Amino acid sequence: MDLLEPTSQAFRLLFSGDPELWRIIWLSLWVSLAAIALVAAPSIALGFLLAKKRFPGQRAAVVLVQALLSFPTVVIGLVIYLLLSRRGPLGSFELLFTPWAIMIGYMMIAFPILVVFTISAVQGADPRVYETARCLGADRLRASLTTLFEVRFGILAAVVNGFGRAISEVGCAIMVGGNIAGLTRNIPTAIALETTKGDFAQGIALGFVLMVVALGVNVLLALLQGQGGLK
Amino acid sequence: MRPWLAARLAALALAFCAASVFAKDIKMATTTSTDNSGLLQYLLPKFEADCHCKIHYTAVGTGAALKLGQNGDVDVVLVHARPSEDKFVAAGYGVNRRDVMYNDFVIVGPASDPAGIKGMHDPLAALKKLHASGATFVSRGDDSGTNKKELAYWKAIGIKPGGPHYLAVGQGMGATLTVAGEKQAYTLSDRATYATYASKTGLEILVQGNRKLLNPYGVIAVSPKRYPKVNYKGAMTFIEWLTSPTGQRAIGDYRFKGAQLFHPDYKKN
Repeated sequence: MDLLEPTSQAFRLLFSGDPELWRIIWLSLWVSLAAIALVAAPSIALGFLLAKKRFPGQRAAVVLVQALLSFPTVVIGLVIYLLLSRRGPLGSFELLFTPWAIMIGYMMIAFPILVVFTISAVQGADPRVYETARCLGADRLRASLTTLFEVRFGILAAVVNGFGRAISEVGCAIMVGGNIAGLTRNIPTAIALETTKGDFAQGIALGFVLMVVALGVNVLLALLQGQGGLK
Repeated sequence: MRPWLAARLAALALAFCAASVFAKDIKMATTTSTDNSGLLQYLLPKFEADCHCKIHYTAVGTGAALKLGQNGDVDVVLVHARPSEDKFVAAGYGVNRRDVMYNDFVIVGPASDPAGIKGMHDPLAALKKLHASGATFVSRGDDSGTNKKELAYWKAIGIKPGGPHYLAVGQGMGATLTVAGEKQAYTLSDRATYATYASKTGLEILVQGNRKLLNPYGVIAVSPKRYPKVNYKGAMTFIEWLTSPTGQRAIGDYRFKGAQLFHPDYKKN
Protein backbone atom coordinates (compact mmCIF):
# COMPACT_ATOMS: atom_id res chain seq x y z
CA MET A 1 0.00 0.00 0.00
CA ASP A 2 1.65 3.19 -1.16
CA LEU A 3 1.17 6.12 1.22
CA LEU A 4 3.21 8.78 -0.53
CA GLU A 5 1.24 8.85 -3.76
CA PRO A 6 -2.21 9.57 -2.23
CA THR A 7 -0.63 12.08 0.15
CA SER A 8 0.97 14.14 -2.59
CA GLN A 9 -2.27 13.84 -4.54
CA ALA A 10 -4.07 15.16 -1.46
CA PHE A 11 -1.99 18.32 -1.35
CA ARG A 12 -2.40 18.90 -5.06
CA LEU A 13 -6.15 18.58 -4.52
CA LEU A 14 -6.12 21.06 -1.65
CA PHE A 15 -4.10 23.72 -3.39
CA SER A 16 -5.76 23.36 -6.76
CA GLY A 17 -8.91 24.76 -5.13
CA ASP A 18 -11.04 21.73 -5.97
CA PRO A 19 -14.56 23.18 -5.50
CA GLU A 20 -16.06 19.92 -4.22
CA LEU A 21 -13.39 19.67 -1.52
CA TRP A 22 -13.75 23.25 -0.37
CA ARG A 23 -17.53 22.97 -0.28
CA ILE A 24 -17.14 20.06 2.16
CA ILE A 25 -14.73 22.08 4.32
CA TRP A 26 -16.96 25.14 4.26
CA LEU A 27 -20.01 23.10 5.27
CA SER A 28 -18.19 21.59 8.22
CA LEU A 29 -17.03 24.98 9.41
CA TRP A 30 -20.27 26.89 9.14
CA VAL A 31 -22.49 24.20 10.60
CA SER A 32 -20.20 23.70 13.60
CA LEU A 33 -19.73 27.43 14.17
CA ALA A 34 -23.45 28.13 13.89
CA ALA A 35 -24.29 25.28 16.26
CA ILE A 36 -21.80 26.56 18.85
CA ALA A 37 -22.97 30.15 18.43
CA LEU A 38 -26.56 29.10 19.06
CA VAL A 39 -25.95 26.76 21.97
CA ALA A 40 -23.17 28.69 23.76
CA ALA A 41 -25.19 31.39 25.57
CA PRO A 42 -27.88 29.11 27.08
CA SER A 43 -25.33 26.44 28.03
CA ILE A 44 -23.03 28.94 29.73
CA ALA A 45 -25.99 30.46 31.57
CA LEU A 46 -27.10 27.01 32.72
CA GLY A 47 -23.56 26.12 33.76
CA PHE A 48 -23.33 29.30 35.79
CA LEU A 49 -26.65 28.61 37.54
CA LEU A 50 -25.68 25.02 38.33
CA ALA A 51 -22.39 26.22 39.80
CA LYS A 52 -23.74 29.13 41.81
CA LYS A 53 -27.32 28.58 42.77
CA ARG A 54 -28.35 26.17 45.50
CA PHE A 55 -31.62 24.41 44.84
CA PRO A 56 -33.05 20.96 45.49
CA GLY A 57 -31.89 18.49 42.86
CA GLN A 58 -28.93 20.63 41.88
CA ARG A 59 -26.45 17.86 42.54
CA ALA A 60 -28.52 15.44 40.46
CA ALA A 61 -28.70 17.95 37.62
CA VAL A 62 -24.91 18.31 37.60
CA VAL A 63 -24.45 14.54 37.58
CA LEU A 64 -26.94 14.25 34.73
CA VAL A 65 -25.10 16.80 32.58
CA GLN A 66 -21.80 15.11 33.34
CA ALA A 67 -23.29 11.80 32.27
CA LEU A 68 -24.35 13.40 29.00
CA LEU A 69 -20.66 14.04 28.32
CA SER A 70 -20.13 10.35 27.70
CA PHE A 71 -23.37 9.93 25.80
CA PRO A 72 -22.58 8.23 22.48
CA THR A 73 -23.08 10.57 19.55
CA VAL A 74 -24.69 7.83 17.49
CA VAL A 75 -27.46 7.65 20.09
CA ILE A 76 -27.93 11.40 19.77
CA GLY A 77 -28.08 10.77 16.03
CA LEU A 78 -30.66 8.06 16.50
CA VAL A 79 -32.87 10.25 18.70
CA ILE A 80 -32.74 13.15 16.24
CA TYR A 81 -33.40 10.76 13.38
CA LEU A 82 -36.52 9.40 15.05
CA LEU A 83 -37.73 12.91 15.83
CA LEU A 84 -37.12 14.37 12.39
CA SER A 85 -38.02 11.39 10.21
CA ARG A 86 -41.04 11.73 7.97
CA ARG A 87 -42.80 9.33 10.31
CA GLY A 88 -41.53 11.11 13.43
CA PRO A 89 -43.25 13.83 15.44
CA LEU A 90 -41.32 16.64 13.72
CA GLY A 91 -41.42 15.04 10.27
CA SER A 92 -43.54 17.76 8.72
CA PHE A 93 -40.63 20.22 8.92
CA GLU A 94 -38.64 18.01 6.50
CA LEU A 95 -35.40 18.66 8.33
CA LEU A 96 -33.90 15.18 8.11
CA PHE A 97 -30.94 14.95 5.69
CA THR A 98 -30.42 18.72 5.68
CA PRO A 99 -27.59 20.74 7.28
CA TRP A 100 -30.10 21.88 9.93
CA ALA A 101 -30.40 18.34 11.22
CA ILE A 102 -26.62 18.13 11.61
CA MET A 103 -26.64 21.49 13.37
CA ILE A 104 -29.22 20.24 15.89
CA GLY A 105 -27.02 17.20 16.49
CA TYR A 106 -23.93 19.34 17.03
CA MET A 107 -25.82 21.53 19.46
CA MET A 108 -26.81 18.49 21.51
CA ILE A 109 -23.24 17.16 21.40
CA ALA A 110 -21.66 20.47 22.42
CA PHE A 111 -24.24 21.30 25.09
CA PRO A 112 -22.95 19.10 27.96
CA ILE A 113 -19.33 20.03 27.22
CA LEU A 114 -20.13 23.72 27.48
CA VAL A 115 -22.16 23.28 30.65
CA VAL A 116 -19.62 21.10 32.46
CA PHE A 117 -16.65 23.28 31.52
CA THR A 118 -18.56 26.38 32.63
CA ILE A 119 -19.45 24.77 35.96
CA SER A 120 -15.84 23.98 36.76
CA ALA A 121 -14.64 27.39 35.55
CA VAL A 122 -17.18 29.24 37.70
CA GLN A 123 -16.55 27.02 40.70
CA GLY A 124 -12.86 27.77 40.36
CA ALA A 125 -13.49 31.53 40.44
CA ASP A 126 -12.92 33.50 43.58
CA PRO A 127 -16.38 33.89 45.16
CA ARG A 128 -15.36 37.34 46.37
CA VAL A 129 -15.62 38.62 42.80
CA TYR A 130 -19.38 38.15 42.89
CA GLU A 131 -19.74 39.49 46.44
CA THR A 132 -17.58 42.54 45.76
CA ALA A 133 -19.54 43.33 42.63
CA ARG A 134 -22.77 43.12 44.64
CA CYS A 135 -21.32 45.36 47.37
CA LEU A 136 -20.32 47.91 44.78
CA GLY A 137 -23.97 48.13 43.73
CA ALA A 138 -24.13 45.71 40.80
CA ASP A 139 -27.42 43.86 40.38
CA ARG A 140 -27.38 40.04 40.23
CA LEU A 141 -27.12 39.83 36.45
CA ARG A 142 -24.29 42.37 36.39
CA ALA A 143 -22.43 40.54 39.18
CA SER A 144 -22.88 37.22 37.36
CA LEU A 145 -21.50 38.67 34.15
CA THR A 146 -18.54 40.05 36.11
CA THR A 147 -17.83 36.56 37.45
CA LEU A 148 -18.10 35.05 33.98
CA PHE A 149 -15.75 37.72 32.67
CA GLU A 150 -13.26 36.79 35.35
CA VAL A 151 -13.26 33.18 34.17
CA ARG A 152 -13.49 34.06 30.47
CA PHE A 153 -10.56 31.82 29.55
CA GLY A 154 -12.21 28.81 31.09
CA ILE A 155 -15.39 29.68 29.19
CA LEU A 156 -13.38 30.10 26.00
CA ALA A 157 -11.87 26.66 26.55
CA ALA A 158 -15.42 25.34 26.88
CA VAL A 159 -16.41 26.89 23.56
CA VAL A 160 -13.27 25.63 21.80
CA ASN A 161 -13.81 22.13 23.12
CA GLY A 162 -17.46 22.11 22.12
CA PHE A 163 -16.49 23.26 18.64
CA GLY A 164 -13.75 20.63 18.38
CA ARG A 165 -16.10 17.85 19.39
CA ALA A 166 -18.75 19.00 16.93
CA ILE A 167 -16.55 19.46 13.86
CA SER A 168 -14.86 16.09 14.27
CA GLU A 169 -18.03 14.08 14.92
CA VAL A 170 -19.02 11.52 12.30
CA GLY A 171 -21.70 9.13 13.59
CA CYS A 172 -24.47 11.62 14.19
CA ALA A 173 -23.58 13.68 11.10
CA ILE A 174 -23.86 10.71 8.76
CA MET A 175 -27.08 9.44 10.36
CA VAL A 176 -29.06 12.67 10.28
CA GLY A 177 -27.21 14.39 7.43
CA GLY A 178 -27.04 11.46 5.04
CA ASN A 179 -23.66 12.49 3.58
CA ILE A 180 -25.34 14.09 0.53
CA ALA A 181 -22.76 15.61 -1.81
CA GLY A 182 -22.90 19.40 -1.83
CA LEU A 183 -25.65 19.47 0.79
CA THR A 184 -24.73 17.59 3.96
CA ARG A 185 -21.36 16.04 3.20
CA ASN A 186 -18.87 17.40 5.73
CA ILE A 187 -15.26 16.62 6.53
CA PRO A 188 -15.69 13.55 8.77
CA THR A 189 -18.45 11.93 6.69
CA ALA A 190 -16.49 12.55 3.50
CA ILE A 191 -13.40 10.93 5.01
CA ALA A 192 -15.46 7.92 6.06
CA LEU A 193 -16.93 7.63 2.56
CA GLU A 194 -13.74 8.18 0.59
CA THR A 195 -11.99 5.50 2.62
CA THR A 196 -14.67 2.92 1.91
CA LYS A 197 -14.44 3.91 -1.76
CA GLY A 198 -10.72 3.33 -1.62
CA ASP A 199 -10.09 6.94 -2.67
CA PHE A 200 -7.55 7.95 -0.07
CA ALA A 201 -6.28 11.27 -1.49
CA GLN A 202 -9.40 13.23 -0.63
CA GLY A 203 -9.58 11.59 2.78
CA ILE A 204 -6.01 12.57 3.56
CA ALA A 205 -6.57 16.13 2.32
CA LEU A 206 -9.67 16.54 4.49
CA GLY A 207 -8.03 14.92 7.49
CA PHE A 208 -5.21 17.40 7.14
CA VAL A 209 -7.64 20.32 7.08
CA LEU A 210 -9.39 18.99 10.16
CA MET A 211 -6.12 18.75 12.05
CA VAL A 212 -5.11 22.26 10.98
CA VAL A 213 -8.45 23.62 12.21
CA ALA A 214 -8.08 21.80 15.54
CA LEU A 215 -4.53 23.00 15.96
CA GLY A 216 -5.50 26.53 14.91
CA VAL A 217 -8.26 27.02 17.45
CA ASN A 218 -6.13 25.56 20.23
CA VAL A 219 -3.17 27.77 19.38
CA LEU A 220 -5.53 30.73 19.38
CA LEU A 221 -6.84 29.69 22.78
CA ALA A 222 -3.32 29.29 24.15
CA LEU A 223 -2.34 32.73 22.85
CA LEU A 224 -5.37 34.36 24.44
CA GLN A 225 -4.75 32.57 27.72
CA GLY A 226 -1.10 33.56 27.60
CA GLN A 227 -2.03 37.23 27.37
CA GLY A 228 -4.52 36.80 30.17
CA GLY A 229 -1.84 35.35 32.38
CA LEU A 230 0.33 38.44 31.89
CA LYS A 231 -1.97 40.92 33.56
CA MET B 1 2.86 -49.17 24.38
CA ARG B 2 3.49 -45.79 25.92
CA PRO B 3 5.94 -44.37 23.38
CA TRP B 4 3.63 -45.57 20.65
CA LEU B 5 0.78 -43.49 22.09
CA ALA B 6 3.00 -40.46 22.43
CA ALA B 7 4.09 -40.78 18.83
CA ARG B 8 0.47 -41.04 17.71
CA LEU B 9 -0.45 -37.97 19.72
CA ALA B 10 2.46 -36.07 18.24
CA ALA B 11 1.45 -37.08 14.75
CA LEU B 12 -2.11 -35.97 15.44
CA ALA B 13 -0.96 -32.61 16.76
CA LEU B 14 1.24 -32.17 13.73
CA ALA B 15 -1.64 -32.98 11.43
CA PHE B 16 -3.81 -30.36 13.12
CA CYS B 17 -1.09 -27.75 12.82
CA ALA B 18 -0.62 -28.61 9.17
CA ALA B 19 -4.34 -28.42 8.55
CA SER B 20 -4.58 -25.00 10.11
CA VAL B 21 -1.61 -23.80 8.09
CA PHE B 22 -2.64 -25.20 4.75
CA ALA B 23 -6.40 -24.76 4.90
CA LYS B 24 -6.24 -20.99 5.16
CA ASP B 25 -9.48 -19.08 5.49
CA ILE B 26 -10.75 -17.40 2.35
CA LYS B 27 -11.36 -13.66 2.34
CA MET B 28 -13.85 -12.19 -0.11
CA ALA B 29 -14.91 -8.65 -0.94
CA THR B 30 -18.37 -8.38 -2.39
CA THR B 31 -21.18 -5.92 -2.95
CA THR B 32 -23.90 -4.87 -0.55
CA SER B 33 -26.61 -6.42 -2.73
CA THR B 34 -25.43 -10.02 -2.26
CA ASP B 35 -25.32 -9.44 1.48
CA ASN B 36 -28.53 -7.40 1.94
CA SER B 37 -30.49 -9.94 -0.09
CA GLY B 38 -29.48 -12.77 2.21
CA LEU B 39 -27.90 -14.71 -0.67
CA LEU B 40 -24.51 -15.06 1.00
CA GLN B 41 -25.99 -16.24 4.28
CA TYR B 42 -27.74 -18.94 2.26
CA LEU B 43 -24.88 -19.85 -0.06
CA LEU B 44 -21.73 -19.68 2.02
CA PRO B 45 -22.64 -22.30 4.66
CA LYS B 46 -23.28 -24.76 1.80
CA PHE B 47 -19.89 -23.95 0.32
CA GLU B 48 -18.13 -24.22 3.68
CA ALA B 49 -19.73 -27.61 4.29
CA ASP B 50 -18.53 -28.83 0.88
CA CYS B 51 -14.97 -27.53 1.07
CA HIS B 52 -14.35 -27.93 4.82
CA CYS B 53 -13.00 -24.40 4.95
CA LYS B 54 -14.03 -20.97 6.19
CA ILE B 55 -14.89 -17.97 4.05
CA HIS B 56 -15.17 -14.43 5.41
CA TYR B 57 -16.56 -11.55 3.45
CA THR B 58 -16.87 -7.80 3.61
CA ALA B 59 -19.81 -6.23 1.78
CA VAL B 60 -18.97 -2.89 0.23
CA GLY B 61 -19.61 -1.21 -3.13
CA THR B 62 -18.15 -2.76 -6.29
CA GLY B 63 -15.56 0.01 -6.59
CA ALA B 64 -14.39 -0.54 -3.03
CA ALA B 65 -14.45 -4.32 -3.42
CA LEU B 66 -12.19 -4.12 -6.47
CA LYS B 67 -9.95 -1.70 -4.60
CA LEU B 68 -9.58 -4.24 -1.80
CA GLY B 69 -8.59 -6.82 -4.40
CA GLN B 70 -6.22 -4.36 -6.03
CA ASN B 71 -4.47 -3.83 -2.69
CA GLY B 72 -4.24 -7.57 -2.11
CA ASP B 73 -6.40 -7.31 1.02
CA VAL B 74 -8.76 -10.10 -0.09
CA ASP B 75 -8.41 -13.34 -2.05
CA VAL B 76 -11.49 -13.17 -4.24
CA VAL B 77 -14.07 -10.59 -5.34
CA LEU B 78 -17.72 -11.10 -6.30
CA VAL B 79 -18.93 -7.90 -7.98
CA HIS B 80 -21.17 -6.46 -10.67
CA ALA B 81 -19.69 -3.88 -13.02
CA ARG B 82 -18.31 -5.52 -16.13
CA PRO B 83 -16.17 -2.66 -17.49
CA SER B 84 -14.43 -2.20 -14.13
CA GLU B 85 -13.99 -5.97 -13.78
CA ASP B 86 -12.31 -6.16 -17.17
CA LYS B 87 -10.02 -3.29 -16.25
CA PHE B 88 -9.18 -5.06 -12.99
CA VAL B 89 -8.17 -8.21 -14.87
CA ALA B 90 -6.37 -6.34 -17.65
CA ALA B 91 -4.27 -4.45 -15.09
CA GLY B 92 -3.08 -7.79 -13.74
CA TYR B 93 -4.80 -7.62 -10.35
CA GLY B 94 -7.22 -10.44 -11.03
CA VAL B 95 -7.30 -13.76 -12.84
CA ASN B 96 -9.89 -16.32 -13.92
CA ARG B 97 -12.92 -14.07 -14.14
CA ARG B 98 -16.16 -16.00 -14.54
CA ASP B 99 -19.80 -15.05 -15.01
CA VAL B 100 -21.81 -16.26 -12.03
CA MET B 101 -25.35 -14.96 -12.09
CA TYR B 102 -27.47 -11.92 -12.75
CA ASN B 103 -30.26 -10.07 -11.03
CA ASP B 104 -32.01 -6.91 -12.11
CA PHE B 105 -32.36 -3.26 -11.28
CA VAL B 106 -35.57 -1.35 -10.73
CA ILE B 107 -36.32 2.36 -10.59
CA VAL B 108 -38.27 3.11 -7.45
CA GLY B 109 -39.97 6.24 -6.23
CA PRO B 110 -42.81 7.67 -4.17
CA ALA B 111 -46.30 6.27 -4.73
CA SER B 112 -47.46 9.72 -5.82
CA ASP B 113 -44.99 9.49 -8.75
CA PRO B 114 -44.71 13.22 -9.56
CA ALA B 115 -42.58 12.48 -12.65
CA GLY B 116 -45.20 10.11 -14.06
CA ILE B 117 -42.86 7.25 -14.98
CA LYS B 118 -44.90 4.42 -13.52
CA GLY B 119 -45.30 1.47 -15.86
CA MET B 120 -42.42 2.45 -18.15
CA HIS B 121 -39.85 -0.23 -19.02
CA ASP B 122 -36.93 1.50 -20.66
CA PRO B 123 -34.74 3.02 -17.92
CA LEU B 124 -33.30 5.57 -20.34
CA ALA B 125 -36.68 6.97 -21.36
CA ALA B 126 -37.79 6.94 -17.72
CA LEU B 127 -34.75 8.85 -16.50
CA LYS B 128 -35.13 11.36 -19.31
CA LYS B 129 -38.73 12.02 -18.29
CA LEU B 130 -37.75 12.13 -14.62
CA HIS B 131 -35.06 14.68 -15.33
CA ALA B 132 -37.39 16.84 -17.42
CA SER B 133 -40.00 16.84 -14.64
CA GLY B 134 -37.48 18.25 -12.16
CA ALA B 135 -38.17 15.46 -9.65
CA THR B 136 -35.48 14.65 -7.09
CA PHE B 137 -33.23 11.65 -7.72
CA VAL B 138 -31.04 10.08 -5.05
CA SER B 139 -27.80 8.52 -6.26
CA ARG B 140 -25.57 6.03 -4.45
CA GLY B 141 -22.60 8.22 -5.38
CA ASP B 142 -20.25 5.63 -3.92
CA ASP B 143 -18.63 4.20 -7.04
CA SER B 144 -20.55 0.95 -6.56
CA GLY B 145 -21.79 -1.24 -9.41
CA THR B 146 -25.27 0.26 -9.06
CA ASN B 147 -23.78 3.73 -9.12
CA LYS B 148 -21.74 2.94 -12.23
CA LYS B 149 -24.85 1.58 -13.93
CA GLU B 150 -26.83 4.69 -13.07
CA LEU B 151 -24.08 6.98 -14.37
CA ALA B 152 -23.94 4.95 -17.57
CA TYR B 153 -27.69 5.55 -18.05
CA TRP B 154 -27.27 9.31 -17.61
CA LYS B 155 -24.37 9.29 -20.02
CA ALA B 156 -26.40 7.36 -22.59
CA ILE B 157 -29.11 10.03 -22.61
CA GLY B 158 -26.58 12.86 -22.63
CA ILE B 159 -27.50 14.32 -19.26
CA LYS B 160 -24.84 15.36 -16.79
CA PRO B 161 -26.39 14.64 -13.40
CA GLY B 162 -26.11 17.38 -10.81
CA GLY B 163 -27.90 20.33 -9.34
CA PRO B 164 -30.19 20.60 -6.33
CA HIS B 165 -32.45 17.75 -7.50
CA TYR B 166 -29.65 15.21 -7.69
CA LEU B 167 -28.56 13.94 -4.28
CA ALA B 168 -25.44 11.78 -4.15
CA VAL B 169 -25.34 10.20 -0.69
CA GLY B 170 -22.15 8.19 -1.00
CA GLN B 171 -23.54 5.27 1.01
CA GLY B 172 -24.87 1.76 0.57
CA MET B 173 -28.14 0.85 -1.14
CA GLY B 174 -30.08 0.68 2.13
CA ALA B 175 -29.09 4.17 3.23
CA THR B 176 -29.79 5.48 -0.27
CA LEU B 177 -33.31 4.01 -0.25
CA THR B 178 -33.89 5.49 3.19
CA VAL B 179 -32.89 8.95 2.02
CA ALA B 180 -35.10 8.54 -1.08
CA GLY B 181 -38.01 7.58 1.16
CA GLU B 182 -37.51 10.59 3.40
CA LYS B 183 -37.10 12.99 0.49
CA GLN B 184 -39.94 11.37 -1.49
CA ALA B 185 -37.46 11.00 -4.31
CA TYR B 186 -36.54 8.43 -6.95
CA THR B 187 -33.58 6.09 -7.05
CA LEU B 188 -32.13 3.11 -8.90
CA SER B 189 -31.90 -0.04 -6.78
CA ASP B 190 -31.21 -3.71 -7.17
CA ARG B 191 -34.42 -5.64 -6.66
CA ALA B 192 -33.13 -7.55 -3.65
CA THR B 193 -32.20 -4.59 -1.50
CA TYR B 194 -35.35 -2.74 -2.51
CA ALA B 195 -37.45 -5.72 -1.38
CA THR B 196 -35.87 -5.47 2.08
CA TYR B 197 -36.57 -1.75 2.34
CA ALA B 198 -39.93 -1.53 0.56
CA SER B 199 -42.10 -1.36 3.67
CA LYS B 200 -39.65 0.79 5.62
CA THR B 201 -39.42 3.46 2.92
CA GLY B 202 -42.88 3.29 1.37
CA LEU B 203 -41.27 3.50 -2.08
CA GLU B 204 -42.76 1.62 -5.03
CA ILE B 205 -41.29 -0.06 -8.10
CA LEU B 206 -42.10 2.22 -11.02
CA VAL B 207 -39.85 0.99 -13.82
CA GLN B 208 -38.80 -2.63 -14.38
CA GLY B 209 -38.49 -5.46 -16.87
CA ASN B 210 -36.02 -4.30 -19.50
CA ARG B 211 -32.85 -5.89 -20.83
CA LYS B 212 -30.92 -2.72 -19.99
CA LEU B 213 -31.77 -3.26 -16.33
CA LEU B 214 -30.04 -6.63 -16.09
CA ASN B 215 -27.19 -6.76 -13.60
CA PRO B 216 -24.60 -9.49 -14.19
CA TYR B 217 -22.22 -10.60 -11.44
CA GLY B 218 -18.68 -11.84 -11.93
CA VAL B 219 -16.27 -13.61 -9.62
CA ILE B 220 -12.53 -12.97 -9.88
CA ALA B 221 -9.54 -14.43 -8.03
CA VAL B 222 -6.88 -11.96 -6.92
CA SER B 223 -3.69 -12.62 -8.86
CA PRO B 224 -1.17 -14.74 -6.97
CA LYS B 225 1.56 -13.36 -9.24
CA ARG B 226 0.85 -9.86 -7.99
CA TYR B 227 0.28 -10.88 -4.39
CA PRO B 228 2.01 -14.18 -3.56
CA LYS B 229 0.50 -14.08 -0.05
CA VAL B 230 -3.14 -14.32 -1.18
CA ASN B 231 -5.03 -17.56 -0.70
CA TYR B 232 -5.25 -18.32 -4.40
CA LYS B 233 -6.06 -21.96 -3.88
CA GLY B 234 -8.95 -21.09 -1.62
CA ALA B 235 -10.18 -18.46 -4.06
CA MET B 236 -10.18 -20.99 -6.90
CA THR B 237 -11.97 -23.56 -4.77
CA PHE B 238 -14.71 -20.98 -4.20
CA ILE B 239 -14.87 -19.98 -7.86
CA GLU B 240 -15.04 -23.62 -8.96
CA TRP B 241 -17.80 -24.32 -6.48
CA LEU B 242 -19.81 -21.22 -7.38
CA THR B 243 -19.76 -22.13 -11.08
CA SER B 244 -20.23 -25.86 -10.53
CA PRO B 245 -23.68 -27.41 -11.07
CA THR B 246 -24.07 -27.55 -7.26
CA GLY B 247 -23.27 -23.88 -6.76
CA GLN B 248 -25.33 -22.75 -9.74
CA ARG B 249 -28.32 -24.76 -8.57
CA ALA B 250 -28.02 -23.28 -5.08
CA ILE B 251 -28.07 -19.75 -6.54
CA GLY B 252 -31.18 -20.53 -8.58
CA ASP B 253 -32.87 -22.17 -5.60
CA TYR B 254 -32.50 -19.16 -3.36
CA ARG B 255 -35.77 -17.42 -2.62
CA PHE B 256 -36.20 -14.07 -0.96
CA LYS B 257 -39.70 -13.44 0.37
CA GLY B 258 -40.86 -16.10 -2.06
CA ALA B 259 -39.23 -14.59 -5.15
CA GLN B 260 -36.19 -15.66 -7.15
CA LEU B 261 -33.72 -12.79 -7.18
CA PHE B 262 -30.61 -14.28 -8.73
CA HIS B 263 -30.40 -16.28 -11.94
CA PRO B 264 -27.32 -18.48 -12.43
CA ASP B 265 -25.66 -17.90 -15.80
CA TYR B 266 -22.22 -19.51 -15.82
CA LYS B 267 -21.40 -20.90 -19.25
CA LYS B 268 -18.31 -22.98 -19.91
CA ASN B 269 -16.62 -21.70 -23.03
